[in-house]
Amino acid sequence: MSAPQATTELRRTPLHDLHVRLGARMVPFAGYAMPVQYADGIIKEHLHVRAAAGLFDVSHMGQIALRPRSGVVGDVARALEGLAPGDMRGLATGRQRYTLFTADAGGVLDDLMVSNQGDHLMLVVNAARKEFDETHLRAQLSDRCIVEPLVDRALIALQGPAAEAVLAGLAPDVRAMRFMDARAVTLLGAVCLVSRSGYTGEDGFEISVLAPAAEALCEALLRDPAVKPIGLGARDSLRLEAGLCLYGADLDESTSPVEAALEWTVPPVRRASGARAGGFPGAEKILSELKSGAARRRVGLRPDGRAPVRAGAPLFADAGATAPIGMVTSGGFGVSLNAPIAMGYVRTDAAATDTQLFAEVRGKRLGVTVSDLPFVPARYRR
Amino acid sequence: MLKFTPDHEWLRLDGAPDAGVATIGITPFAQKQLGDLVFVELPAVGTRFDKGAVAATVESVKAASDVYAPVGGEVVAVNDKLSSEPGLVNAEPTGGGWLFRLKVADTGEIEGLLDDKAYEALTADKAG
Repeated sequence: MSAPQATTELRRTPLHDLHVRLGARMVPFAGYAMPVQYADGIIKEHLHVRAAAGLFDVSHMGQIALRPRSGVVGDVARALEGLAPGDMRGLATGRQRYTLFTADAGGVLDDLMVSNQGDHLMLVVNAARKEFDETHLRAQLSDRCIVEPLVDRALIALQGPAAEAVLAGLAPDVRAMRFMDARAVTLLGAVCLVSRSGYTGEDGFEISVLAPAAEALCEALLRDPAVKPIGLGARDSLRLEAGLCLYGADLDESTSPVEAALEWTVPPVRRASGARAGGFPGAEKILSELKSGAARRRVGLRPDGRAPVRAGAPLFADAGATAPIGMVTSGGFGVSLNAPIAMGYVRTDAAATDTQLFAEVRGKRLGVTVSDLPFVPARYRR
Repeated sequence: MLKFTPDHEWLRLDGAPDAGVATIGITPFAQKQLGDLVFVELPAVGTRFDKGAVAATVESVKAASDVYAPVGGEVVAVNDKLSSEPGLVNAEPTGGGWLFRLKVADTGEIEGLLDDKAYEALTADKAG
């Protein structure tokens, strides 16, 4: 059997000791020791999130406060629109939005969440990109914004149909929050930044909490029988079923937002003939692709058999073709579907739903069918 | 008695009437490291492998891992149950979760494998 990779010097999240006590198997991820699974294993953890509620430690992600030098939060939003194609100026206090940092050539530098905290904007960025993003923000926005990485905070996610009831046990007013609301909520005496969002396709919350208060908060949530700790393994299988992109796999500097089927992150106001058209890196290419389409597109893929089709597998239009028409970028097992699932990029002429393609796995051509995303319907509380 | 490879396969030499035939699987340590298996790809009966060749693939939710032939030989049987129940490898790695059986080409190669004590020593510092 091929050997697992060795662990080197890794950073720890504020919840490291709790993971170890809970019996987690710790693995290296983006420079951190992170729980890949607990004793129950990925399949049970995945199903538990869909049936009840799961608690995730995502403290490795970057939390960055963007504060206006002028004291006017709208100036931060205005500045951020120079780096991202979203409607940041239209982001109301208490609301959160998904957006992208784009590159001059039209690719994606990172995907992130932005929330309006009233006097500043709060960004949550990918763990593997946080140093890059901080440098990028400082280089581009320092004249107008104070870029403040919030290094003293843990970030936890409570996800699943029971998440609302569980969190309401600590703060009843979270029931009033809708999908992508973001606000300060006091939990066990600690002021937390809570958003109703997540990375599983389920209803749920993401909670930014000061590091010293994180463990007690997690323990309180875990005391509810509906809640189990969930590792990164199930986090990945849940987000894949939900059709959500993983930066570094499904998104990177070589993929444009249109190719990635993320057109919806470019609202009308930022498109050609919008009031604030363009003005973000790569706008020329991205707006042109919005008008005329891109050469390839991210799609869902359902392998015909039981064999998972993993990232890196080339895709072909027929069983004998020699030139690939695409590649798988995320692939694994859809635990809720009890079937393999994948996402990848294919030539636009092969991107229609139900198109039959072939993936090459260990030298064999396996049938795959282009499928609508998400694989499992989202259950957000809009 | 089970023999082991440093790559976490086990081998059991069957007795009469199947002398010279060995049953092969992955170790309890290996299944624990991999986590829940969702797919097992087994070789076709009749395939011949040299020692160390990739003979099967076990796939967890997260990743695919190759299983190497612990010794050279010809596949005489595979565990068909695993196509519908890959989790058997997790539940009974050295029992019902066996992978395939080989007609061993050179039983001398079995001598070179690890015994249980040597394998235990190998995995002791990696357990967890």
